[in-house]
Amino acid sequence: MSTSDILTGDGLSRRRFLRNVTSMSVLAALYGTSGLLPAWAWPRTGNLEAGKRVEGDTDIFDLTIDRTPMPIDGKDARPITVNGTVPAPLIRLKEGRDVRIRVTNNLDEDTSIHWHGILLPFEMDGVPGVTFPGIKPGETFEYRYPVRQSGTYWYHSHSGLQEQEGHYGPLIVDPAEPEPYDYDRDYVVMLSDWTFEDPHAVFRKLKVAEGYYNYQKRTIKDLLEDIKAKGWEQTMRERAMWGEMRMSSRDLLDVTGSTYTYLVNGRSPADNWTGLFRPGEKVRLRVINGSAMTFFDVRIPGLKMTVVQADGQNVEPVPVDEFRVGVAETYDVIVEPTEDRAYTIFAEAMDRSGYAAATLATREGERAEIPKRRPMPERGMESMGMDHGGMDMGDDEMSGDMDGGDEMASGSSDPHAGHDMSGGDQAMNGDDSGGMNMGEDEGYEWPLAGREISHGHDDHGPGAAMVASDPQNRMGDPGIGLESTEDHKVLVYDDLRALALWPDQREPEREVELHLTGNMERYMWSFDGKKFSEVDGPIRFKHNERLRLILVNDTMMDHPIHLHGMWMELENRHGKYRPRKHTLSLKPGEMLSAQITPEHKGDWAFHCHLLYHMDAGMFRVVSVA
Amino acid sequence: MPIQTIKHPSRWLATVCVLALTPTLALADGRGDYAREQGWDSPVPDMRTGMLLFDRLEYAAGDDEDSVDWEFQAWYGGDINRLVIEGEGEHVVSGGDGGEIESLDLLYGRLISPYWSVQAGVGYQLEYGPGPDHDRGFAVLGLEGLAPYWFEIDTKLRVSEDGDASVDFEAEYDMRLTQRLVLQPRAGTSVAFQEVEEFGVGQGVNHVKAGLRLRYEIQREFAPYVGVSWKKQLGDTADLAREEGHDTDDLRLVAGVRMWF
Repeated sequence: MSTSDILTGDGLSRRRFLRNVTSMSVLAALYGTSGLLPAWAWPRTGNLEAGKRVEGDTDIFDLTIDRTPMPIDGKDARPITVNGTVPAPLIRLKEGRDVRIRVTNNLDEDTSIHWHGILLPFEMDGVPGVTFPGIKPGETFEYRYPVRQSGTYWYHSHSGLQEQEGHYGPLIVDPAEPEPYDYDRDYVVMLSDWTFEDPHAVFRKLKVAEGYYNYQKRTIKDLLEDIKAKGWEQTMRERAMWGEMRMSSRDLLDVTGSTYTYLVNGRSPADNWTGLFRPGEKVRLRVINGSAMTFFDVRIPGLKMTVVQADGQNVEPVPVDEFRVGVAETYDVIVEPTEDRAYTIFAEAMDRSGYAAATLATREGERAEIPKRRPMPERGMESMGMDHGGMDMGDDEMSGDMDGGDEMASGSSDPHAGHDMSGGDQAMNGDDSGGMNMGEDEGYEWPLAGREISHGHDDHGPGAAMVASDPQNRMGDPGIGLESTEDHKVLVYDDLRALALWPDQREPEREVELHLTGNMERYMWSFDGKKFSEVDGPIRFKHNERLRLILVNDTMMDHPIHLHGMWMELENRHGKYRPRKHTLSLKPGEMLSAQITPEHKGDWAFHCHLLYHMDAGMFRVVSVA
Repeated sequence: MPIQTIKHPSRWLATVCVLALTPTLALADGRGDYAREQGWDSPVPDMRTGMLLFDRLEYAAGDDEDSVDWEFQAWYGGDINRLVIEGEGEHVVSGGDGGEIESLDLLYGRLISPYWSVQAGVGYQLEYGPGPDHDRGFAVLGLEGLAPYWFEIDTKLRVSEDGDASVDFEAEYDMRLTQRLVLQPRAGTSVAFQEVEEFGVGQGVNHVKAGLRLRYEIQREFAPYVGVSWKKQLGDTADLAREEGHDTDDLRLVAGVRMWF
């Protein structure tokens, strides 16, 4: 660890933190010198901040990338570290200032750092093969860019599979103007998935043995239970649909808890990262999903969470009980624990094969009960992205039967979800947002309503095992395994409403439609059925044009799609108050759109942020000229 | 010698394989103009990998004789184009002598739709001991893939060096009893268009075979199993077998391991 790294052990907010100069110097003195800190991960309490030097308008950071032996979950591991830790130390920037970050590569392979969600000159974006050649072993690369935005972000390697090996960390940009909400403590909660296997071995297993890591497949027992619950005829009809498509209704995550240890700030549930608070304080949690392959469902039993930021951008506050965070997405929530007790921050993997857990407590060493994991949910017909009527299955019949399966958490299996903007489910999800005035904004109409979808003459070819013939609006659907009820509000994309109008309010001049495609059997992932190696050249955007990007998910998986270098303003039900994001998660059979103004010229990466999907070819370059 | 007769197809095959496995001449991919000018490598190069799978490696105990039976597939390549070597056979270990390499194929496989690949190449068959060895070479055309309802299908059209044609068909299905316990029924048949007395092949449907194996996946890569396999010869083939004093019905208990690397 660099000796100038600072431990912000008490999570006091920036304002209070700066007032407490004494405590800061004490902390720096205590922990700033190496030796006192164990040579592993982050401290048990608080966050570890990277030390910086200030030169005029510029903040300067030094980072070194190494392979460092350290225990993870009590077992020997050899992760890739930044300044000796996993996660990498928190980099704290200030909006309006400039930054220089010198990155030294001590590995015996190339590395890189991508500043996820930051808009900057493209040569500084850190994607080898797209924006720069990468950082060779022994070399130092200096990133320099102006910081002209604020919020919670993260940074990670964009080289090979290094992200899986620990090369990721949080990045916070403090705003130039005061924030529109108050809080007393400020903690990063960085979620990740760690494997003791070589990630290349993981990737190969996915390639050669479909379903290798899934130990929750359907068995004969499930079939018998279905027959008991739904009757022979209905069960056979459902199984026939999945069978005809050769798809699994239990394929939620490709890599599961059978190999992963899930971490919060580098610590397993047993190592219990802890955020301290005093009863009555407001605690800001910056939840960053820095995992390679895992969608997490996050809740803190006993506490309501108020979502104030999504992907670093302020949104109208939404009180929720739970939210799903896709890979690479971030949500900032504020909680107000009033009791003098511990609370568990529980982040369950979407497929329920494991969980990450940490604690909010009034003193170190306390912890609360860890909730029981819920049963693995099963995908329903909604994930096929087709017109249910057309499949000779009455909607009523289907939804009744899907709800009937009591052994599955069938909340998400409601095929109506997202079927119709004015439908009952949609309205319920929207109106149930804790009494806030979050109604649909006046005169709003979903721009993709009634859109004709084309999959090309060959349905995207061998690279696409299925197409969504009738993709749906699913922004009001909390996703598989989650159900939003009056007692348990789950965040949906339709809840996100920008606090202010974004500067460019032009109508889109043109549309670009891309389909998310895949073939599970051979672990092929692509856009429009073509892997990166199979397309000819980049996707071309015109500098400062206004365009609508339309994404259609033709697969059975959820995909977090990340666009570098420009914001995607999600066209949800809030009309002009589009929330803007750097990563958009699409459910199976979902179609959504975003308005984009490519403000920065250059070549930008555009990819699925599931690491092995990206590496399998679900990657494009967007050229802005 | 069959080697001579298959020389020509093998040369053809070699050419196809070399072409198939040569990385696409990096003219077209998704790189931006800047990366091309700089000559940088692709940010997400295609993965080439391979696998060696022993689908069956088993001791088969029958009424008259016991044998060690084997079936394997090895492949190397990318997502679309692959070089495949596969084969199956049996070696008698008690109650008799000799054995057979029923097939040993070298194939180029190409994915033509999400679940199906076509294969073309050369094959080899050998019957050894007791008595003189017989062998022959084939040109092989195959269709392999996953049919609806997850049936693994493997069909091969073979034309021997003497112009005799036959079709093999095999299907298998994995029924998951628990997360690690898998019951696998399989069935197969073979149809010949000409009689080939030397190999005991009659015209028409030669045989039907069926098997049922119960395996336990200690790891995905290593799964011991027990089961039964049954084979019944039919029609002219059965007559030929009877003439040689063999049973036309063969039921065996098997124990073995399915494994891959």
